[in-house]
Amino acid sequence: MKSSYDIIIIGSGVTGCAIARELSRYECSCLVLEKDEDVCTGTSKANSGIVHAGYDAKTGSLKARMNIRGNMLMTSLCEELDIPFKRIGSLVVCTDEANRKGISELCARGIANGVPDMKILEKDEIREIEPNISDDVVCALYAPTAGIICPFRLNIALAECASQNGVDFKFNCEVTDVSKLGDEWIVETSSGSFECQAVINCAGTHADEIHNMVSDKKFHITPRRGDYMLLDRSLDGFVKHVIFPQPTAMGKGILVTPTVHGNTLVGPTAVDIESRDEAPVTADGLSKVQEGAIKNVKGLPLKQVITGFSGLRAHEDGGEFILEEAEGCKGFFDCVGIESPGLTACPAIGEYMALKIAESLSLKFKKFWNGICKDVVKPFELSEEERAALIKEHPEYGRIICRCETITEGEIIDAIRRPLGAKSLDGVKRRTRAGMGRCQGGFCSPRVMDILSRELNMPLDKVTKSGGGSKIILGRTKNEG
Amino acid sequence: MKADIVIVGGGPAGLAAAISAAKEDKSLDILILERDNELGGILNQCIHNGFGLHTFNEELTGPEYAARFEEQLDGLGIRYMLGTMVLDVSSGSVTAINSKEGVFKVNCGAVVLCMGCRERPRGALNIPGLRPAGVFTAGTAQRLVNIEGYMPGREVVILGSGDIGLIMARRMTLEGAKVKCVCELMPYSGGLKRNIVQCLDDFNIPLLLSHTVIDIKGKERVTSVVIAEVDERSKPIPGTEQEIACDTLLLSCGLIPENELSRSAGVEINPSTNGPVVNESFETSIPGVFACGNVLHVHDLVDYVSEESGRAGRSAARFVKNKATAEGPVIKIRNGNGVRYTVPSFVRVNELSDDLVIRFRSGNVYKDSYIKVLFDGETKLSRRKPIITPGEMEQVILKKEDLANTPSEILIEIAER
Repeated sequence: MKSSYDIIIIGSGVTGCAIARELSRYECSCLVLEKDEDVCTGTSKANSGIVHAGYDAKTGSLKARMNIRGNMLMTSLCEELDIPFKRIGSLVVCTDEANRKGISELCARGIANGVPDMKILEKDEIREIEPNISDDVVCALYAPTAGIICPFRLNIALAECASQNGVDFKFNCEVTDVSKLGDEWIVETSSGSFECQAVINCAGTHADEIHNMVSDKKFHITPRRGDYMLLDRSLDGFVKHVIFPQPTAMGKGILVTPTVHGNTLVGPTAVDIESRDEAPVTADGLSKVQEGAIKNVKGLPLKQVITGFSGLRAHEDGGEFILEEAEGCKGFFDCVGIESPGLTACPAIGEYMALKIAESLSLKFKKFWNGICKDVVKPFELSEEERAALIKEHPEYGRIICRCETITEGEIIDAIRRPLGAKSLDGVKRRTRAGMGRCQGGFCSPRVMDILSRELNMPLDKVTKSGGGSKIILGRTKNEG
Repeated sequence: MKADIVIVGGGPAGLAAAISAAKEDKSLDILILERDNELGGILNQCIHNGFGLHTFNEELTGPEYAARFEEQLDGLGIRYMLGTMVLDVSSGSVTAINSKEGVFKVNCGAVVLCMGCRERPRGALNIPGLRPAGVFTAGTAQRLVNIEGYMPGREVVILGSGDIGLIMARRMTLEGAKVKCVCELMPYSGGLKRNIVQCLDDFNIPLLLSHTVIDIKGKERVTSVVIAEVDERSKPIPGTEQEIACDTLLLSCGLIPENELSRSAGVEINPSTNGPVVNESFETSIPGVFACGNVLHVHDLVDYVSEESGRAGRSAARFVKNKATAEGPVIKIRNGNGVRYTVPSFVRVNELSDDLVIRFRSGNVYKDSYIKVLFDGETKLSRRKPIITPGEMEQVILKKEDLANTPSEILIEIAER
């Protein structure tokens, strides 16, 4: 790998990868640096997976503009990149007559922001489309353009597409310093130093640290932790829309939503914390999630939980997306404070930032660019004939490794072998769903470890859960020497 | 593809069901579909002894116990397919997938469900903390140690005193690991008394009753867990927290019958067992679909699995031969005081070929009490027991002739002195 690039992107979450894909349309050399072992390991891996309609953010703000544009771009992006996405619509539920005014205000803001087709539904209308809604419901803001998406595939597909169009990725590579030397930027990392014309800071919860290395105008990010509970797929259909409470100063509140894979997701809480990397689930958080969920959805069987997890949002003090060239730092571009609706906004942020950078560096479009990127082959989504032919040619697509999610060995091999492929159990999980089901890898993890060991030609005791020191086994038993 | 009886799963239940069905009628074409690459199921990783005391009057290891059954398959002409996962079950057919046939359908006269059970994972237990490597269910750890030959950890805390957790406490110790303690949420153990003695007491491993894990620390690999004592409502008591340095947390917090196939087939499920509701013949609510082993209810001893599965297999064979739906009186079996569930849930008297065995578990620990059986409110049987615990299955045997008077219901209860 070379050490000199036109552009270096710091961080391979959805923002960094969306920008990388957009920049890969241009004649330029581009490198993405990631401190972890894979893409989608920070904020992008643990969120609600919601494509927001766009009524929440303040009219005229970047958050609002990027949300609306991102939502619009999402349909075609998901077609091009084979990302599971369903526009199921959202309901902001009012359960107290006294708060009805808040719903009208939210609706008015949505209209001002340019959200299409919203309406306020009354109790009976809501019941009809959402039978398990709370008996206390008064009215709700319905936004049909809201949707649910696979956040992992969104991130991974953006990265894969960028990679297939020539963008380099370097993992386990933590940025330790950024400085200007003449016209060039020098990016020091845990594995060597790189130089470039432009730096794009997409470092999530660490974006203020990176920014503050170069700029006198300091930023401050507060990591805001949120707990979630994921419920079994057997509850598929219990709720049909993304169901939000009325928003507060801390965010959109605890939602209940189906996921694109048929689970039910509940959460998140919002708690400001110190750590930018560690997001422990807390007992208090889980009980708040449960309370919040049953407020809007009656009889939700929370006992059917299959996992709890926690995510971090990068909340900048100003509460707005910062998408700009840092003051007095020509060639250093910030994407800072990308909290919700960051996932929705990422296609728009990619487009917006790539254009700024292309102008700044006078980049020209490539003659040939391939924006299409297919997901791992999934035998159970094929027709019977296609599946039979696939298994005949590749018997590994007939071997089930993950029982709960019915994932075959073929899918896991594909996930490992493809560009920027999986290197760990969590990498396989995010690409194929093996281990994401109700037994949470109890049966399949030793088998997936075997496949990783074979495919990557590494001893079984080097296989990790998520890179770094997350080793799964700590050596041989006595008799194995 | 066609078969007279399809057996879903080739573990102890599937093997026993297949063998007894074949013995009942040698002309039947019996097919076992097994998702793993070998028969025997979870017995293959249970290399400790203690299996078969009731069945063979000797102490065998899991693989030895399975081998005793596997050896009989050839002689009885029972077919089996390995690496084959069943995707769908209905009355009269089974759909499965493997790497040779792809997705295929087997038309059949009867189906026996023998899918076993799985362990409750961390996520289902709502254990707070980070999500590092080093948190395993006891069964996953058992597979890694006993089949793959690898150590999942060196310093271990175990949550839950189920039998697999207890067995793994001993196994990890014998392999050189330090097991710091076993925490149990309940005020009593969920495992067999003999396993507490042989796996914990013999190795000086402390069993902390009414304790749970309230935090897991370590970003990449577990570095410690925090445990605490709990009150009667299972809530951690402030001030009782202790942080225990360890690299591994093993979970042995309950087994869940794997009834996804049964549910999607429309089989009625008993919420107390998470397994199908069955009659005396181990037939589910769908005629011709039978269930046995841990998919029906979680057993403590494999010997009971084999015995019940034998009955299920025989019933399936008879069903294929006779086809006729049973007529005659049906007796309902009800849970009385202290009884969490019974298997079976009802009895068709005319279908009984011999004595009726009713198995059940208690919901609590009872000392010096009685197991009582009441026929329409009248005590028919009363047996004194020094101790009854939820970790050990109980049974009552009712003679066929006693049921000839056909009470309308049988009540099983635990009566304290």
